[in-house]
This record gives sequence, C-alpha cells and structure tokens, in this order.
Amino acid sequence: MSDTIKLHYNVSPDDFTRAGEASGDVKSKLKKMGVSPEAVRKVAIAMYEGEINMVIHADGGYIDVEISEEDITMVLVDMGPGIADIEQAMQAGWSTAPDNIRSLGFGAGMGLPNMKKYSDYMDIETKIGVGTKVTMKVNM
Amino acid sequence: MTVNDIKNLLNAEILCGENFKDREVHTACGSDMMSDVLAFVKDQSVLLTGLCNPQAVRTAEMMDIVCIVFVRGKQPDESMLELAEEREIVIMSTPMRMFPACGILYENGLRGGVDN
Repeated sequence: MSDTIKLHYNVSPDDFTRAGEASGDVKSKLKKMGVSPEAVRKVAIAMYEGEINMVIHADGGYIDVEISEEDITMVLVDMGPGIADIEQAMQAGWSTAPDNIRSLGFGAGMGLPNMKKYSDYMDIETKIGVGTKVTMKVNM
Repeated sequence: MTVNDIKNLLNAEILCGENFKDREVHTACGSDMMSDVLAFVKDQSVLLTGLCNPQAVRTAEMMDIVCIVFVRGKQPDESMLELAEEREIVIMSTPMRMFPACGILYENGLRGGVDN
C-alpha cells in the first residue's frame, strides 16, 4: 500500500496540438486508481496549464509525477528563458505570450494563477537563460 | 437541461457523442480563452466557444465538461472528434454567433454557476 507510483513525460517543444497529452494521461490514471474527483481535477488543470506554459514559453521539457498515499507531486522542468519577475508573472492577466498564442486560446495571463489556485503547494525555481522548475502538490 | 435540449435550442448539429445526448447540463461557460475556462470549475458544464482547435477539447477533458458547442458554424477536424469520442464529450456546431447562443441558453434557465 505504501508504494509510490512514478511517471515521467517528455513535453515536445513545438507541437501545440499535442500539448495536454501528459495531463490527460495522468488524469485517466488517477481516475482509474479511484482518487477523488476533486483531487483528479485539480491535478489535471494545474498540470495542463503547466504543460501549456512549457510549450508556449520554454521549448518543452519534462514532467515527473509521483503519486503517494498522501499527495500527488508534479515537477515540471524546462530549459527555457526563465521568469524575470515571478511576482508579476503570478498576477492574473499579466502575460508575455505572443499574439499567435492568444489566437490559440491561451496567453491570457491566467496560467500561473490557475496553477497556484488548483494546487495545495507550489514552488517556482527559475534562473534567467537557464530554465524553470515548478513543483506542485495536490493533497489526496 | 439536457445536451439534447441545447441542440434544439441552438439549432445545432451533433458531430460526436450522440449516445450521450440525454446527459444533464447544469451550468454554461462562453469563452475563446481556454485559461479563463480553466479558472472556472463547475460541474456538468457546457462550453460555448469559437476556438476550434484540439486545446478546446483538451480543456473540456480536464474540466469534465459534458459538451462543447462550436459557434459561428465552426467545424472541428477528425482528430478533435476522435479525442472527444474517446473522452465521451459531446461536440456540436451551431450557426449562431456567441452572444445569441449564450443568451438563448440563459433565457431558458441555464446559468454560469454560483459566482454570477
């Protein structure tokens, strides 16, 4: 019972149409495991926004997911440009996404605020020119 | 209101998920910005959108949205329909524009959720 399940996903950089595959997969796995619908939805939304961010801003990267009895941990790592001002990036409506992203339905400046809203814990480590690591946890 | 009621009210055509047309819909959301949709979590919603790309279906998947209505006669491609079919999401297309489509559903009792 105390087994931790580990999942690893590569997020491909330029295929916007495939963004969300990893989140969709995690969602269906959690559902099959009988995790509460509330927790499943929180994980799905938080991870999906993160996955979209990695495609829009950071040339992709990878996501590690760990499912334990207590919580679900998502670690999203990219080697993108980094976030210059996290506080500003956390403000709802603030975005650096180009116009072509807005025409795809994203870039409204709601990504990070939504990730914060739907996770029970979130931490961002970022370095300009090196990349960003976002850790999110959702309680069971 | 059921998915089928929405189809009739909006003079829409069901493009996939015909088997689920008797499912109940409790709330609605009209937006082309998927992050705004993701900020709004309500049960058993219908999404009205003019954004016709796979991310509209992905967003519906993450949110457990019951049905997507593409406004202004937009037609999803085969890959979107396949994805929706797998996830048991009903997709329909209406010739109506966003504002009248939302207005008709509102007039017939559908609301945006507890926040409005």
